[in-house]
Amino acid sequence: MTAKGLPKHAQRWTLSCDSGHALLALTGDWLGADAVVGPDEVAALLDHPGVTSLAFDSRTLGRWDSSLLLFLSELRRSAAARQVTVDDNGYPATARNLLSLLPSENPAAAPVAQRPSLASRIGRWCLDRGSGFEAETALFGALILRFAPALRGRTQMRWIDLLADMQNGGIRALPVVALVNILVGGIIAFLGAVQLKKFGADIYVADLVGIAIVRELGPVMTAVVMCGRTGGAYAAQIATMNGSEEIDALRAIGVRVNDYLVMPRAIALTGMMPLLYLYGSAVGIIGGFAVALLTLQVGPTVFFDEMRANLSTGEVVFGILKSVVFGLYIAIVSCRIGLAAGRSSADVGRAATSATVTGIVGVIFLDAAFALAAHALDF
Amino acid sequence: MPDQNPPSLQVRALSVGYGTDVVQKNLSFDVKAGAIFAIMGASGCGKSTLLRSLMGLLRPSAGTVCFQGQDYWSAGIEERAKIGRRFGVLFQTSALWSDMTASENVALPLQMFTPLAAESIDALVQMKLSLVGLESGRTSKPSELSGGMAKRVGIARAISLDPDILFLDEPSTGLDPISGKRLDDLILELRDGFGVTVVMVSHELPSLLTICDDGIFLDAATHTMIAQGAPKDLKANSTDGQVSAFMHRGAPHVGP
Repeated sequence: MTAKGLPKHAQRWTLSCDSGHALLALTGDWLGADAVVGPDEVAALLDHPGVTSLAFDSRTLGRWDSSLLLFLSELRRSAAARQVTVDDNGYPATARNLLSLLPSENPAAAPVAQRPSLASRIGRWCLDRGSGFEAETALFGALILRFAPALRGRTQMRWIDLLADMQNGGIRALPVVALVNILVGGIIAFLGAVQLKKFGADIYVADLVGIAIVRELGPVMTAVVMCGRTGGAYAAQIATMNGSEEIDALRAIGVRVNDYLVMPRAIALTGMMPLLYLYGSAVGIIGGFAVALLTLQVGPTVFFDEMRANLSTGEVVFGILKSVVFGLYIAIVSCRIGLAAGRSSADVGRAATSATVTGIVGVIFLDAAFALAAHALDF
Repeated sequence: MPDQNPPSLQVRALSVGYGTDVVQKNLSFDVKAGAIFAIMGASGCGKSTLLRSLMGLLRPSAGTVCFQGQDYWSAGIEERAKIGRRFGVLFQTSALWSDMTASENVALPLQMFTPLAAESIDALVQMKLSLVGLESGRTSKPSELSGGMAKRVGIARAISLDPDILFLDEPSTGLDPISGKRLDDLILELRDGFGVTVVMVSHELPSLLTICDDGIFLDAATHTMIAQGAPKDLKANSTDGQVSAFMHRGAPHVGP
């Protein structure tokens, strides 16, 4: 035995050796994790010079579980490696049957997947983005082609679905849109108030709030809220339907998925977004006014007169245009991601996350594009 | 069933798979009109994949599927959708639309594809649900139904448009023996009453042996079909070790 003393499991067996024939007597209970013998210890068992065969004696063996099976199968493998013949007559009969189910050799290790290089991962990421964009463009085209027939009731879009989506993506979103916009309006007014007060230009807080909310923050904040609220829900809903074969069931009876699932969502969100924007902007301006009144004592008449003098109808139209584009974009991206999702529950989560993130990032990019376009057109 | 009818499905040199991964290849068989046709084989050999290609959900990588003499996959989108309306499908998981009640699930295809008035649709829906023996739970959402009830609603939905051919993916898997037997009886009644052709994927030996009158046996190793015929004939006569083992639940086959 080794210098470290008796191995931990020595009490579970006794090994006797007689002119190359080893006999392993198994004793006691082999139960639980304590009875699991490490491969090194098993290999050390056969480290006797000249052993050519191994037999077992299980007459004093007590109760046992898979720890014994593991031990016997390790031993069989280690014996085979040393050309030691194993006589399995001494196994308990039930253990022999179970052992025959185990492979006698270690299963070949599965090839370790090579981690792709940085360049190929970047390339893959770009290609995925590209194919996502391509799919979104195709979906956009398909919706354009089917839009007029849908309004005339000639497609498989159901009005009841459209109304439900308008309620979900419109009326029910009012509280959160209001809350976010009122706070943003207040923050803008507060930031402006602190700076403008230094110059005695208190009154311009009205222009600041009006233009910032109507032109930029109203559409963007509303779209960001709707991305998280409705875009994520669309993607998760459609991905779940995909996983439970519900979309296959639609396709199997010849229902066009774009008409039935995507069209009502796209129409609802595109139609509701400008209304939510108008509502959100109005509430945001009220938030800004409240802060202006409290910090700068700017009265309502002065505030709204100043705002009206500098806020043109064009700004409102620009905001409406932006929110229409944002709504359509969010609906298309979320539905596309939901339809392309895999079939597991993890895929549903991934689809919801991906729809929210892609939607928000895309909205900011689109907003930047609008800003550049407006600048180029001197608007 | 009369044999002089043209075959309902004609499959020729069909290969199915995902991407470059071929699951089954070189399949050729006919499904006679009015037959109850079984697709058999070990788990994972591609039965459901084949079924998806037959019912128009997965484009085959090669070969043709003709439904009543018309080549399905070379037809245009509109044409395919029209053929698809002659299909009834029961999915392995029933795949009921989860935001609708049982009745609404059966009603949707009728609302989509027939000009019927709401009252007529409702009468048809109630009749189909009675046919499949669903007496309670008609206004329940799918999540409130038991597995057996969901399968019944799934079949009622599959027969809502009176299809010419029914595709059933493991209809009785997961049901207790009595419900399984009732489902088998229902399939037979639908065939005998409406003359519908049935193509089913199943592992359930009792139902294969009692209701199927034709079928093919797919092999996972060679990726193709290795036997054809009625399950009970395959059980009695097959000399192939794998088919025989399947038909006898792995017990050694004694004598022909």
